[in-house]
Amino acid sequence: MQQFEKHTGLVVPLDRANVDTDAIIPKQYLKSIKRTGFGPNLFDDWRYLDPGEPGMNHSKRRINPEFVLNQPRYAGASILLARDNFGCGSSREHAPWALMDYGIRAVIAPSYADIFYNNSFKNGLLPIVLDRNAVDRLFKETAATPGYRLTVDLAAQSVTAPSGATFKFEIDAFRKHCLLNGLDDIGLTLQHVDEIRAYEARRRQEAPWLFT
Amino acid sequence: MAGKTLYDKLWDAHVVRQNEDGTCLVYIDRHLVHEVTSPQAFEGLKLAGRKPWRVAANLATADHNVPTTDRARGIADPVSRLQVETLDANCRDFGITEFDMADPRQGIVHVIGPEQGATLPGMTVVCGDSHTSTHGAFGALAFGIGTSEVEHALATQCLILKKSKNMRVRVDGAIPSGVTAKDIVLAIIGRIGTAGGTGYAIEFAGTAIEQLSVEGRMTVCNMAIEAGARAGMIAADDKTIEYFRGRPYAPKGELWERAAIAWRELKSDADAKFDKEFVLNAADIKPQVTWGTSPEMVVPVDGIVPDPEKETDTVKRGSQQQALKYMDLKPGTPIRDIALDKIFIGSCTNSRIEDLRAAAAVVKGKKVAGNIKLALVVPGSGLVKTQAEKEGLDKIFRDAGFEWREPGCSMCLAMNADRLSPGERCASTSNRNFEGRQGTGGRTHLVSPAMAAAAAIAGHFVDVRELR
Repeated sequence: MQQFEKHTGLVVPLDRANVDTDAIIPKQYLKSIKRTGFGPNLFDDWRYLDPGEPGMNHSKRRINPEFVLNQPRYAGASILLARDNFGCGSSREHAPWALMDYGIRAVIAPSYADIFYNNSFKNGLLPIVLDRNAVDRLFKETAATPGYRLTVDLAAQSVTAPSGATFKFEIDAFRKHCLLNGLDDIGLTLQHVDEIRAYEARRRQEAPWLFT
Repeated sequence: MAGKTLYDKLWDAHVVRQNEDGTCLVYIDRHLVHEVTSPQAFEGLKLAGRKPWRVAANLATADHNVPTTDRARGIADPVSRLQVETLDANCRDFGITEFDMADPRQGIVHVIGPEQGATLPGMTVVCGDSHTSTHGAFGALAFGIGTSEVEHALATQCLILKKSKNMRVRVDGAIPSGVTAKDIVLAIIGRIGTAGGTGYAIEFAGTAIEQLSVEGRMTVCNMAIEAGARAGMIAADDKTIEYFRGRPYAPKGELWERAAIAWRELKSDADAKFDKEFVLNAADIKPQVTWGTSPEMVVPVDGIVPDPEKETDTVKRGSQQQALKYMDLKPGTPIRDIALDKIFIGSCTNSRIEDLRAAAAVVKGKKVAGNIKLALVVPGSGLVKTQAEKEGLDKIFRDAGFEWREPGCSMCLAMNADRLSPGERCASTSNRNFEGRQGTGGRTHLVSPAMAAAAAIAGHFVDVRELR
């Protein structure tokens, strides 16, 4: 997994609540059997004016100039600012894959859907929770300041604005540790093989019907 | 000390080890696999030279991409075909049981799990699909996972998890005639909101939930995720135990007797404490119809499309305005005046035999309205389809002008050829009304099977209670 320590990047504001994973990456792209290549189809229905299908040459499609990701001032953004319940809906890990493939390294929102939040950490994408007031302020500052950039420091659990204003965020100690070090969950779990086997042996006695 | 909730009991029974920060290694009894979220996980296993920890814990089927028309021709879309063939190959390579497209037991993963008795009370059940919460209906801890976790579950039979908080949603009283499990869960989502259950495991309880059949309970738990909760669950009772008797994967003989005794304990203690509780009165629930692009945007069938100007929360108002624009609806429009183009009866929410019976009862002897371009019935599994045909339901649907299809996810998410065209409006028994969910530009209204059937006959929404 890609590690995350500190990142400074351009902020793109997506001012909608309940952005679902169908919007982040529409279903037709889920037919891929790869983890990569989803970036051109991030927010596909909003980004393009014509319907998209896998295998299309996306550089030739009609882009929607109204959509925030297509505005020249946000080209190359790597921090996505969003509203409540970002990533609701399906469990598709293609959502964080698409965000990462596009170049997004961190999302800032007041809340996330549980599965999306969890999936993000498995892929080196940092979902930051800030309170609604802080997020409101960042939306205002982003709109008012061309080239608005934020610095995210995972070790310090802080987001720093160009003014020097700093917002602290909470994060689970285990997830922070894994992300800072780019650790592979499976490798960590396999350090406990004996405990898993002991658990299984006990359960086979207690509830053998679970093992059919 | 306070008693334990059902969730506490299921959780405690599956903790392999607990770290100091509260993160746990949790054992997974059953892993369901489908073609969309598994190929990258199998690839990860292969690259790392790993094997499934316990092959027999996995059960696979192809459901999202499969055509619902004549299967003999295979899958026309080469990208879909490759994904399904990849699942077949991975199951073959790793020795995992798969109900492939030609298998009579093939179907939607959340329909075939309980149907086979492969998912049982007291189990932890995971699948790379958010509607895995369905299996909580019989006192199991079941939740959707991402592809990284699919690989983790395959490789270790465990997941690294932190415990959720406990929520109980009680629905009390007799269920009014014409009101179904779907209406109950939509009313719950309307009440607590699409993020109301985020961070919680929800237990659905109360006398109305107890009245529901096991299949109805599956409909309720299926949509726990639409209220933000990864897991929804309902205590096991006599109905639950009877439901599993004789199913292929269920225990037999002396083991069955032992299991049944254990399953009777799968309920919250009387003095259990919940972090949050909601109570609804069943008598207040009417047939529900969603009007917007989030399942929380829902009103009773005798209601009207709401006016965003009356919403005080600015973020919510903005969402409602966007939703009305996308849905091409005006505030104040009576729900019954909304005309439809297509009807979809199916999905892991509502494609089991009782759902098809309820829809057929409404349709029987009538014809689909002239303005309906397509009315689809897609059974949840090959076995549901066979049962329905034995009961003559296929004939009732066909005579009325419905198409009777092969099992799969179909137009719930339109990964196969079944989809809405831009601007088309659909009454659907599925679970999500998100923008583009049933096809780019398509407009979805979520309803119960009986309500979808009634809308097909009338060409617009009608109150199913008035038909009886």
